Amino acid sequence: MKILVPIKRVADPDNANKLKVSADGAQVTSEGLEWKMNPFDEWSLETALRLTENAATKKREGEVVVVTIGPKDATVTIRQGLAMGAERGILVEGSDDQLDANQVASILAALVAKESPDLVLMGKQVVDGDSNVVPQTLAEKLGWPTANYTQSLETGDEGKTLSIRREQDTGVATLKITGPAVLTCADRILLPQAVKNGITPADFEYPKAEGGRYASLKGIMAAKRKPIEETSAAALGVEAGPSVSYVGFELPPARSGNTQFVESVEELVQKLHSDAKVV
Amino acid sequence: MTDVLVVAELHEGSNRKTTLSAITFAAQVASGTGGAFDILAIGEGSGAAAEQLAGFGARKILKTEIAGGFFAEAYAATVAKAAEGYGVIAATASSYGKDLLTRVAAKLEAGTAPDISAVSTEGGELVYTRPMYAGNVIGKMKVLTDVQVVTVRQTEFAAASAAGGSSPIEDFAAVTDPIAERIELLGLETVESERPDLAEAEVVVAGGRALKSAENFENVLEPLADALGAAVGASRAACDAGYVAADLQIGQTGKVVAPKLYVAIGISGAIQHLAGMKGSKVIVAINKDKEAPIAQVADYFLAQDLFEAIPQMTSEIKKIKAAG
Repeated sequence: MKILVPIKRVADPDNANKLKVSADGAQVTSEGLEWKMNPFDEWSLETALRLTENAATKKREGEVVVVTIGPKDATVTIRQGLAMGAERGILVEGSDDQLDANQVASILAALVAKESPDLVLMGKQVVDGDSNVVPQTLAEKLGWPTANYTQSLETGDEGKTLSIRREQDTGVATLKITGPAVLTCADRILLPQAVKNGITPADFEYPKAEGGRYASLKGIMAAKRKPIEETSAAALGVEAGPSVSYVGFELPPARSGNTQFVESVEELVQKLHSDAKVV
Repeated sequence: MTDVLVVAELHEGSNRKTTLSAITFAAQVASGTGGAFDILAIGEGSGAAAEQLAGFGARKILKTEIAGGFFAEAYAATVAKAAEGYGVIAATASSYGKDLLTRVAAKLEAGTAPDISAVSTEGGELVYTRPMYAGNVIGKMKVLTDVQVVTVRQTEFAAASAAGGSSPIEDFAAVTDPIAERIELLGLETVESERPDLAEAEVVVAGGRALKSAENFENVLEPLADALGAAVGASRAACDAGYVAADLQIGQTGKVVAPKLYVAIGISGAIQHLAGMKGSKVIVAINKDKEAPIAQVADYFLAQDLFEAIPQMTSEIKKIKAAG
């Protein structure tokens, strides 16, 4: 099974409250914040790795290709993916903060045409733009089905059919999808038995995790020798223009910041009743 | 002049309340630009759903019956066809709206303004405001294509109320899509609850990992929620641990809530959780750790063991409610 996993670097999401906006409001600046792999992309990469391995014997049983669109520096993020276990990487050189969802989806569609993966597994949103637009746009461009917010996944028929449970606002839907398809993951995909590929023994349990697997030292060394192909939107024949444009940014108004520390339940309830008048 | 098509969200033959937030948005755009808005009721039970929407000031209501439950691939081609002639296609940014309208936008080669918190008209153009970076930056954007696809944040657009009148209802023929044949919807598990819907509740009581078990959620947290007439929510950690269903998760991943009162119990307040609740009017945090990041957004903070504090709070609230 071959899986394409788009990944993007983002300013450290655990410190997103330290982001600033330039004086003219034209851009968001993340100075001082480390680049991290978008966490939702990392979970999708973890899912792709689980689908293409025998977890009991630690043998790879397929191919995972990580792709990012960004400047040369973004190669660091690809290496992280390779160190986790992906087989190879693709860097589409370009800006990673100017392209809109339509352009990103167009580039990814061109890569899918070139690579012919069985699946695209991607983050449901990037934690900078928080849009959740690219996966469905890409699927539509490809004429593929989508399962958004997949919480568990089992492949059958050598990856051609997918039994999926996906989270939605009204509950959990069970779907059977004939691939190829575009999938995004919900948090629950990292649970110990959420991913089944017919190769890893069915009773195998992954360790509890809040993110993707850590790269081993061996993995980090191996990643240095794994191939990274460099290309560009132009080389892929993508000419899509932007369909949206940001006109400015601002920081949200802060909450009052006057936290009242109360000493007892009686005091709390009395204040909620008499001062805040919400009880 | 911009005409808007609202795509209603149906569930089990009835409108979800999300539909009413999209109507509020559509009415704002229509009145701001001198246009009108129509509504498309699509899915199972579209006739009854269309009737429910007839009193909200739409110029007309289109209805399309599609049997079986919802998945975006089964509806998108029909919505895209219905979208002809409109300047804006809108729905609420629920999982339904995000799944469906994004596919519709791709079919129409239209730009999308996702999960917006406000809309304004500047120099005759629509400008959308939207939270980004887990709510830590607010962006303003325009859509450059002729057709604009918009999903609106339910907590930022109050539910429309019926204004009377009776919009005419027309049938709209479904369009089939070969992509839909590759998906089979086998079932939908819903958790039935007597409590208010999380996204609409005036009071939310949310629990975190510190609750330690599903039983404690039920026996400790839920009595407080019931005393307050509140919806129950949870942090990612509590959902991952299986203490409650995943659709109760609040945050950047999960639902966004903005109730009058939010009670965070044993929730440390990771940035991803704050993204889903910091628009609440009054925030109460009950947490043993005074240094927990939830303190940065809390109005009231009680540093006490939750297993002592919550039963006591429940009985105090009951006393106040009984005193009326």
